[in-house]
Amino acid sequence: MEVAKLTDVTRVYKIGEVETRALNGVSLSIQSGEFTSLVGPSGSGKTTLLQLIGVLDQPTSGKVVIDGKETTDLNRNQRADLRKGTIGFVFQFFALIPTLTAYENVEMPLLLNGKNPAERKQRVLELLDAVGMNERGHHRPDQLSGGQQQRVAVARALATDPKMILADEPTANLDTENGEQVMEIMKKLNKETGTTFVFATHDPRVIKYADRVVTLEDGLIVKDSKAKAK
Amino acid sequence: MNYFKMAYRNLGRHRRRSALSALALGLGTALLMFVAAFFEGEMRGSMETTLRLNTGHLQISNAEYDPDKLSVAWEYLIENPLQSAAQIEALEQVKSATPRLIASGIVSVRDESAGVQIMGIDPASAANDPYRTMVSGEFITADDRTGILIGLPLAESLNLKVGDSLNLLVNTAEGDVDEQQFTIRGIFTTGTSAYDKGIVFLPLAKAQAFSGAENRASYIFVMLNDREQADAVAAAIQGQNLRIRTWTEMNQLLVLVNDFSNAYLTFINLIVLGVTATVIVNTLLMSVFERTREIGILSAIGMKGRQIIALFLVEATLLGAAGITFGGLLGWSVSAYFAKVGVFFGDLGISGEMLMEDRIYPILTLESAINLIVTAFIITILASLYPARMASRMEPVEALHGSN
Repeated sequence: MEVAKLTDVTRVYKIGEVETRALNGVSLSIQSGEFTSLVGPSGSGKTTLLQLIGVLDQPTSGKVVIDGKETTDLNRNQRADLRKGTIGFVFQFFALIPTLTAYENVEMPLLLNGKNPAERKQRVLELLDAVGMNERGHHRPDQLSGGQQQRVAVARALATDPKMILADEPTANLDTENGEQVMEIMKKLNKETGTTFVFATHDPRVIKYADRVVTLEDGLIVKDSKAKAK
Repeated sequence: MNYFKMAYRNLGRHRRRSALSALALGLGTALLMFVAAFFEGEMRGSMETTLRLNTGHLQISNAEYDPDKLSVAWEYLIENPLQSAAQIEALEQVKSATPRLIASGIVSVRDESAGVQIMGIDPASAANDPYRTMVSGEFITADDRTGILIGLPLAESLNLKVGDSLNLLVNTAEGDVDEQQFTIRGIFTTGTSAYDKGIVFLPLAKAQAFSGAENRASYIFVMLNDREQADAVAAAIQGQNLRIRTWTEMNQLLVLVNDFSNAYLTFINLIVLGVTATVIVNTLLMSVFERTREIGILSAIGMKGRQIIALFLVEATLLGAAGITFGGLLGWSVSAYFAKVGVFFGDLGISGEMLMEDRIYPILTLESAINLIVTAFIITILASLYPARMASRMEPVEALHGSN
């Protein structure tokens, strides 16, 4: 089943008089259960592509279909709704809400989805356990290491049981050991739950986990290969 | 985890900044509350003082009488005033009614002199109670033929004390001038220097004889149990060749100022609260800018625009509630304190038909307190709409690329 389909997608950023063509007619299809890595040098357009798949941004031209829904004409709130139920995010910086505890950060998407307290509690504990953070649920982000924060971010991304998790350079700010740990957790969740994962990265440690590697250069897909995943 | 808890923690990130914003709002509210109480006290005090000392609730005079001229020519006066006053006082709504004869005169002592109003009063009448607070000496009696009462400021300016003599010049009924020596029996104070410095009291009979008015008075001064009944009582005592003026007719300026004071206060409220609102806007805007990325994250995980607005509005609500509660308590305490001790202004030099006591006692009404609190709250919420909307309109991508 196809969770994301992009057809001839272009994204042009205009800063003053200068136009930057971040994506230049890209077509891509992501199947359910894939563990895909978008790779390429800085400025190749991988983050832009990830943001379009995540409905955080809209293409200048072309079509983006997520979970069978055409997204081009959706307004801000409709896009928020689509994200809420379908997509989870893990960002490069450990994007947790600093005033909330690890537990509350994971709980937030469940709250936004209107889950009742009993359901929320069960799900949060389950997820913290899955990322090995159940001991630290009551800690605030500033009391956690980078690796721990990223694990909480993964748990949060998984909270609403999304079809797809998008991760932008998830290991960029982690040391080798923590980076491997986070990747192991994500790979395990991919296998166990069948959740689709898409990464934008140039970290070889991430690439080696991927079972599909899409290479971008200057806003174009130059290579799309099935890899032998670890 | 709800909006209140989140908002509370967000405010806690910059405790000092949040506290200062709440403080600004609080001080604004407290100041306005005190101003409202002060105005209310001043207006009520001024109205009461003016009615009590100057005009009464009703004045019954000859139809030809002109209060500005102070003439004691017979054609301007009413006859048998004691008898008429007694009849009017018999009316159920009337608290007291007393004749008063007013003439213009000059007090002179050695080589100093001062222009005064000479008021002949019936010393026994309760309507004269406001003059009975004596700094020294005694109140005059009805049969005193050489005694006079003067006010404290006049005594001070002419350096007079009880037992001293003064010369009093009067314009008589025939248009002449007469002069006589009087002995000061007492020095009074009404608490309104502007009034006390320009008036002297004689017993009615003496004033009538001295000015040549004989058995006549300028008007009958009437105090009612309830001033709202002035029109009804006026209608009941219509008589031939009489003019009856109610307190609203006699104090048009004061009534007007009173009516306008509410509009004036609202205007001041809006200005001061507008200024404090900019502090709230500023605090929340800073918060929006600092939390750009966070707003992006919330948006990325599915928080909708209106939920982001709600989050910021709740922060403003908490900030407002804290500030306004503090301000309300402070404003109330300060008003209550000054309601006891008064605010001393002295003689502001205001004369004419509007009198003010030297000390103003603020009165904080429940209505004005509630009005102010509700207005402050509404303005705070309105002010926070702009930063809140701004936060809600951030594109998640741009927000995620934001600072930090």
